[in-house]
Amino acid sequence: MSDVVKDPWAKLRESTPARIGLGRSGAGLPTGANLDFQFAHARARDAVHSALDVAALEAELAPFEVIRVTSAALDRASYLRRPDLGRKLGAGEAEQLNARPPCDVAFVIADGLSSAAVQAHAAAVVHAASEKLGGLILGPVTIATQARVAIGDEVGAALGARLVVLLVGERPGLTVADSLGAYLTYGPKPGTKDSQRNCLSNIHGKGGMSYDQAAAKIAWLTRAALERGLTGTGLKEESGSLETENAPLIDGA
Amino acid sequence: MSAYSCTLGGENFRFKTLAEVMAKATPARSGDALAGLIAESDVERVAAQMVLADLPLKAFLAELLIPYEDDEVTRLIVDSHDAAAFAPVSHMTVGQFRDWLLSDAATPAALKALAPGLMPEMAAAVSKLMRNRDLIAVARKITVVTAFRTTLGLEGRIGSRLQPNHPADDLKGIVASTLDGLSYAVGDAVIGINPATDNIPTAMTLLSMLDDLRTRYDIPTQSCVLTHVSNSIEIIERGAPLDLVFQSVAGTEAANEGFGVTLAMLKEAHEAALSLNRGTVGQNVMYFETGQGSALSADAHHGIDQQTLEARAYAVCRAYDPLIVNTVVGFIGPEYLYDGKEIIRAGLEDVFCGKLLGLPMGCDVCYTNHAEADQNDMDVLMTLLANARAQFLIGVPGADDIMLNYQSLSFHDIAYLRNSLGLKAAPEFEAWLEAMGLISDLGQLMENTLATARLLEAAQ
Repeated sequence: MSDVVKDPWAKLRESTPARIGLGRSGAGLPTGANLDFQFAHARARDAVHSALDVAALEAELAPFEVIRVTSAALDRASYLRRPDLGRKLGAGEAEQLNARPPCDVAFVIADGLSSAAVQAHAAAVVHAASEKLGGLILGPVTIATQARVAIGDEVGAALGARLVVLLVGERPGLTVADSLGAYLTYGPKPGTKDSQRNCLSNIHGKGGMSYDQAAAKIAWLTRAALERGLTGTGLKEESGSLETENAPLIDGA
Repeated sequence: MSAYSCTLGGENFRFKTLAEVMAKATPARSGDALAGLIAESDVERVAAQMVLADLPLKAFLAELLIPYEDDEVTRLIVDSHDAAAFAPVSHMTVGQFRDWLLSDAATPAALKALAPGLMPEMAAAVSKLMRNRDLIAVARKITVVTAFRTTLGLEGRIGSRLQPNHPADDLKGIVASTLDGLSYAVGDAVIGINPATDNIPTAMTLLSMLDDLRTRYDIPTQSCVLTHVSNSIEIIERGAPLDLVFQSVAGTEAANEGFGVTLAMLKEAHEAALSLNRGTVGQNVMYFETGQGSALSADAHHGIDQQTLEARAYAVCRAYDPLIVNTVVGFIGPEYLYDGKEIIRAGLEDVFCGKLLGLPMGCDVCYTNHAEADQNDMDVLMTLLANARAQFLIGVPGADDIMLNYQSLSFHDIAYLRNSLGLKAAPEFEAWLEAMGLISDLGQLMENTLATARLLEAAQ
């Protein structure tokens, strides 16, 4: 760096998070920029492949009752190759969910493609959201590993929940590797289409949605969904202004 | 049908349909396993390859993989098949065709003349019998020249798409990335933006900005906002400066429906873009993107393996004389192409099949963070594809697409291919780079702070 007199790209760099003005060694990346990239990629890979510390997450979720289940995908490799297996409970897993009193809302936490996101944010979002769901019957929290979004349908149906809030680790990028998503599904049952869910994404600490913002949106959508009896494309999230919080806007049939 | 059987190592292998032979002859990949079409063992795969090698090329005309009545892509393939062009190879089996392709008899001129006579299924079939080096050797012999403001595909050259995406479509941010790319001599195939917000007003704003930049510096290249074909038709009607019409396409009518596109829409858009007459050295006005796995992903694969369906997408592309076709090879994720080995194989197959069918075939050498791949795999694939004479490759700042959240090639990588392999940019663009002082007369990047400063004026 000693031979860099002045960086003509400094000002432009403010306008984009893109990796511009990196300089070059011949036609190659300079060592520093190359290592920066490797670090970002390594962090994203670790987010995908590190196992979720379920015990630590369970402790953070107290006082909620926690049920642990696994999907039909036996390991990370089969999870990545077989999306269908990550959407289903493993053999016998449904038994521990059955024969419970019905509830209005059940939280399901799925590791998805970023255990780092779930580890960092899921418990905080559950606590923040449940505080805003007063008056509703909340079921146990289910932690599902090697799991994709649709596993919430089977879990919710077995629990007898009217609505499932599924929190999932989103596909990591180089800049943000721990982004959490939330999917709300009314009347969960296997075979539910993605168009029948509402989704919040980008819950994370690097300029993403805060826990409070996420909790407010989850609570608004939950109440609107339970009142109207649907989630998905027919239910538009309008919680941006607080005045509308009790007046859900429904469009279409 | 008992026609599809063979005995190998004392074991008898039977395949019910031509589609099953094709699927099981395909080098292993996760998408075919996901679809339940993959060979059950390595030996069964070789058995299927042996059956395929002995099949006459004509079998693909006789047994359509997807019925004519059911699928407009099949109808396009059958109705546009040029029997006269096919004649020189019509007596061959698939295995003999492979041998011929590798032989000196398959000259660049012979391959060019053959292209309209080949069905995509024939190209896919022969590729399944070819090793990676075979795919490279044959693809390299094929020259497909297309032009708009630059001429692409000429001998000894490789083009590049400059991809300056921004997560909020921030104009300054996009300009910053564009200038960065131009300083690396990237952008002769197209400067193309994937908009974060895919609607007509955003696309028109971005197109005007790119056109202003291009005219300000008199850059001989074309721009594109990768929005839906129906948006492009509307944008043309509203008079925005649109150079190229973009569309993602797939190899079945049902999968194209998933993209919201029909052949009639593509024809309308092609004619509308031609009517603008904006090209200076040519009038190839279409930019298509494809990728193995798109049909399965849309549940529209008809029990056909993903590589054969990818080749069928090229039949859609070639009906509209594209400037460039891009296989976005590793973007779709590990459930379709699991690791670097599968991505590399697929990239080579796609460029081979595309060029064999007469297309200006390029590649987005790329992967996602949940695939078993890294930049080293991309280094291998880009070097192989440059040697296979892909029409163009894609470059993004530092290989990191901050909007689409995946990794492609860096602008540096395009410079590496040109420096180390002696390849050049499109001639019109090269002349501009030289005049700007960005490259030497040998095509090498120059340390020219004055040239960079002139470029950066645009951002002020």
